[in-house]
Amino acid sequence: MSGGTRKVLSVQNVVKRFGGLTAVNNVSFEVSKGEVLGIIGPNGSGKTTMMNLISGALQLSGGQIAFQGQYLTKAGPDRINKLGISRTFQLVRILPSLSVLENCMAGMVFSQRRLWGSAATFEASQLLETVGLGDKIGSDVSSLTYIDQKRLELARALAARPQLLLLDEWLAGLNPTELQDGIELIQSLNADGTTIILVEHVMDAIRSLCDRCVVMAAGSKIAEGSPEEVLSDKEVIRVYLGDDI
Amino acid sequence: MTDIRWPHVLIGIALFALAAMVPLIADGYWMSIALTIAMFTVLSTSWAIFSGPTHYISLATAAFFGVGSYLVGTGMSDFEMPYWTMVAIAPVVGAILAFLIGLATLRLSGVYFVIFTLGLAEMIRNLVSWIQNNFTGSRGLYVLTELTEVDIYLYLLALAAAVFLFGWWVQRSRLGFAMRIIGNDETVAKHVGINTAFSKVLLFTVTGFVAALVGALIAPRYTYIEPNGVFSPELSFIVVIMALLGGTGRLWGPVVGVIPFALLQEYINANYSNYSTLVMGLAFLLIVYFLPNGVVGRLEQLMNRGKAS
Repeated sequence: MSGGTRKVLSVQNVVKRFGGLTAVNNVSFEVSKGEVLGIIGPNGSGKTTMMNLISGALQLSGGQIAFQGQYLTKAGPDRINKLGISRTFQLVRILPSLSVLENCMAGMVFSQRRLWGSAATFEASQLLETVGLGDKIGSDVSSLTYIDQKRLELARALAARPQLLLLDEWLAGLNPTELQDGIELIQSLNADGTTIILVEHVMDAIRSLCDRCVVMAAGSKIAEGSPEEVLSDKEVIRVYLGDDI
Repeated sequence: MTDIRWPHVLIGIALFALAAMVPLIADGYWMSIALTIAMFTVLSTSWAIFSGPTHYISLATAAFFGVGSYLVGTGMSDFEMPYWTMVAIAPVVGAILAFLIGLATLRLSGVYFVIFTLGLAEMIRNLVSWIQNNFTGSRGLYVLTELTEVDIYLYLLALAAAVFLFGWWVQRSRLGFAMRIIGNDETVAKHVGINTAFSKVLLFTVTGFVAALVGALIAPRYTYIEPNGVFSPELSFIVVIMALLGGTGRLWGPVVGVIPFALLQEYINANYSNYSTLVMGLAFLLIVYFLPNGVVGRLEQLMNRGKAS
């Protein structure tokens, strides 16, 4: 480790092509320990692709990603999870035929922690309490509301006790009260020391949560800085709202 | 994961003890039916240990079963090997074959996996026929042993007990939990740290091992082995139908399907043998349509509804 702030993640000149389409074009950024980094940008700018590259769902076409000083080249999602990166999905993915408790346990049994048996059951119920599902442990998964499904997915990601948490539009689709709850939940996770990268459209959430933002447009990084800086950047305003403004 | 439910364990042991006493009362005809039931109990249960939670419907059972029977036949007829030596070799070859099929089908899911396993089993059947016709001479393979149907029945019963123990262990293990997560959402499975390829191939290899062992153990029953018989794709379908009829949600589900279906099949073969395929197809349709979770799943559903109201 070279001095100063400890880098958790280092994305270096990353490229991802799908056939002729370049979804991510030469993007670099770094994330320090304990930081909340927002990746923002219009639809189709490559944000989710970036998340998929970090979590191993997609393989890089070029460049490199290092996590805690280790290159993730060719590592699959299971290996990356074991190294300490957990994620949620843009479209919530709950395991429908498992119980609420099992959904949460799924996140810790195969992670670097390899918790199993009564220790896993106990900790899963505590974790469900933390994310606000304490009274839903006995419920049927199919009866959960949208925000509760999102909470459950978050609990599953946290169950691995990740060093880096990837949240892909975790706050999208929530009503104002739920949004406030969600923001507070993420803030409390960060206060506990979890480093977070989040892809988000909700501006209130970006302002209150992110220490720093990376702005992407058409696959490239066009700006980086504090939320105030990037949201007042002329180029950022242009890609979001068009040339006429 | 769950605590051991002793009443269930005791019932299971009692049922096995009863099954072991069948030879004391059964005559030749019923002994033969009991043997068929024992054979399909092992095949359907081990099939469901992999295919139940993962929803990967394998139609390759006949390939492993056939390899087991055929190895015993060719070993004894062509190479003058002792029966038990071939019984020891057959499941290992079955496991290797399943391992290779598992590797080849890793990226396939849903209907592609089903078709691939069926096609592969057919390919193996034709390949073995071709080898036998062109190289080892088509003089037929005889499996002549001192074993009676009662002996074979007891071997299969012991194997069934081993398969149940294995299935019980899997259900309580990380591997079983991983299988259920894979069956729910394979993408999530990978992202929570499951090496899905390794887990699937491992368990599929075990089912190949077991099916080949069944094929080897039961070979003396047929005395005369020919590839088109032991590699018959019908066997793969029957194993699936029986398991689905009983229900794959529980370890003992498939047996609940095996017994009535084996009896039905026996009745149809005896009385309307020309229509056996038709009836089987019809049974398949009815089960999938009316009992998607099998008899056991349906019963549990009804019981839960009873509790709720």
